[in-house]
Amino acid sequence: MLELRDLTVRYGAITALHGVSLRVAAGSIVTLIGGNGAGKTTTLRTVSGMVKPASGQVLFEGEEIGGIPTHRLVARGLAHCPEGRMVFANLTVRENLQMGAYLQRDKGVIRREEEYVFALFPRLKEREAQPAGTLSGGEQQMLAIGRALMSQPRFLLLDEPSLGIAPLLVKLIFEKIVELNRQRNLTILLVEQNANLALEVSNHGYVLETGRIQLSGEAAGLRADPRVRDAYLGG
Amino acid sequence: MLPRSQIWLLAVLGAAAVMSAVSGRLNPYWLDVAMGVGINIILAVSLNLINGFTGQFSLGHAGFMAVGAYTSAMVTTVLGSRLGLSPVLLRWGLFPVSLVAGGLLAGLAGLAVGAPSLRLKGDYLAIVTLGFGEIIKVILQNLNAVGGARGLSGIPSYTNLFWTFTVAAVTVYVVWGLLNSTYGRGFLAVADDEVAAEAMGLNTTRYKINAFVVGSFFAGAAGGLYAHLKGYISPTGFDFNKSIEIVVMVILGGMGRHLGVIVAAILLTVVQEPLRKLGDWRMILYALLLIGLMLTRPQGLFVWPLKRRNA
Repeated sequence: MLELRDLTVRYGAITALHGVSLRVAAGSIVTLIGGNGAGKTTTLRTVSGMVKPASGQVLFEGEEIGGIPTHRLVARGLAHCPEGRMVFANLTVRENLQMGAYLQRDKGVIRREEEYVFALFPRLKEREAQPAGTLSGGEQQMLAIGRALMSQPRFLLLDEPSLGIAPLLVKLIFEKIVELNRQRNLTILLVEQNANLALEVSNHGYVLETGRIQLSGEAAGLRADPRVRDAYLGG
Repeated sequence: MLPRSQIWLLAVLGAAAVMSAVSGRLNPYWLDVAMGVGINIILAVSLNLINGFTGQFSLGHAGFMAVGAYTSAMVTTVLGSRLGLSPVLLRWGLFPVSLVAGGLLAGLAGLAVGAPSLRLKGDYLAIVTLGFGEIIKVILQNLNAVGGARGLSGIPSYTNLFWTFTVAAVTVYVVWGLLNSTYGRGFLAVADDEVAAEAMGLNTTRYKINAFVVGSFFAGAAGGLYAHLKGYISPTGFDFNKSIEIVVMVILGGMGRHLGVIVAAILLTVVQEPLRKLGDWRMILYALLLIGLMLTRPQGLFVWPLKRRNA
């Protein structure tokens, strides 16, 4: 579904990605793990068109999308759930969800998707009229994911869903990620610091270090790999 | 759109018409102040769309006002004398046309400044808009066709209560209606988080440009009203201080608040009157007010909890 070929991205003089290649098969969950500054978020931002690649290709369903602005990609079924729970703090929970369906004109579809998100995260339903800024970290993450779902994506870029969230909620959110993948056949590219948990739910994994793919393979294989264990799984 | 808001609009228009009809009996001094209030409401509410709701920071609002003031004044003085219209037609026909022309040209200026510079954020954008305001001032100072540094005088005094509050009501109505529409929620989303807004499929650059163009349009119309109220305009009347004055109204009222900003515009205009004898020292008071406000009530003076919008 998504393929990166020899992708190089620069921020001014700094090269963030040095020829990254990876594949995400339709219907799978793929995880990108790596330390801080490895280029994980840059990879996601390049896929969703927020950063333009210096060279290389981004292929989405066989078509080159490198450099196409983000707001056009949303219409093509690609959603990006950015790092750090960027919800619209001054809008209510419901309004946040409605913003997620920004390109959807059919009110019936919007309502149906809203029901789906509320069923997925009942906590959001309880807080629907509350400004999003008053939610807890975990609830904001649920809202960010729910909001991304409102555009009815087939492909979801998920950046650090566990960042700064209570462990109990992390577990819940990962369960929901798997549920989305299975029930809605949503293909997911996940970036995560919590490598253990991420690899547990993924089919495939890539290890990124200073802008280069160092290792890749089946998720189960990576979890067993001593190099990964030492560096990312805490031995 | 709520029909209630339309009723409000009509009520204000009706009141403006009645007030205007009896204005001959009112104290001319307070009449002048009232119209100043109306003009400042337009300026503050239109800047609030840019600085408050969309989360940009423009320091060039007086520049757009100047574009509108000069355009509108040129239309009535140059065209007015050539068309040979009756005085009634001039005031009720040509004048509103000149206001719209001033607004359109100011909107165009907004587009010209906005399109290349709105990729900038925060401080950088503020600097660009500040530069723009100064450029406008210098151009006007050196343009002999509009009087250069001497300014433009002999502008007919067409501005009355009716026109002032009609434009003010339309401004409030448009900004309010815009923000309470599905489309308009995008402005708030851009202000809250640009990256997330972009990721939702919003063209954030276009939103910012739209805010700039709409805001500049009304600033231009306010400029037209100002020109035909004072009868004389000069480039220095639209300098940095004027922009700051408008920014203070928006901050005092609470950025992104509808009612608060209107109240602040009224208050600051009326308060200016007794302070007039202080001359330029007034600006120090403004600065102190701003500092004090930021320290004690950064959310604005007239803000009720969780009542950001009357939605």
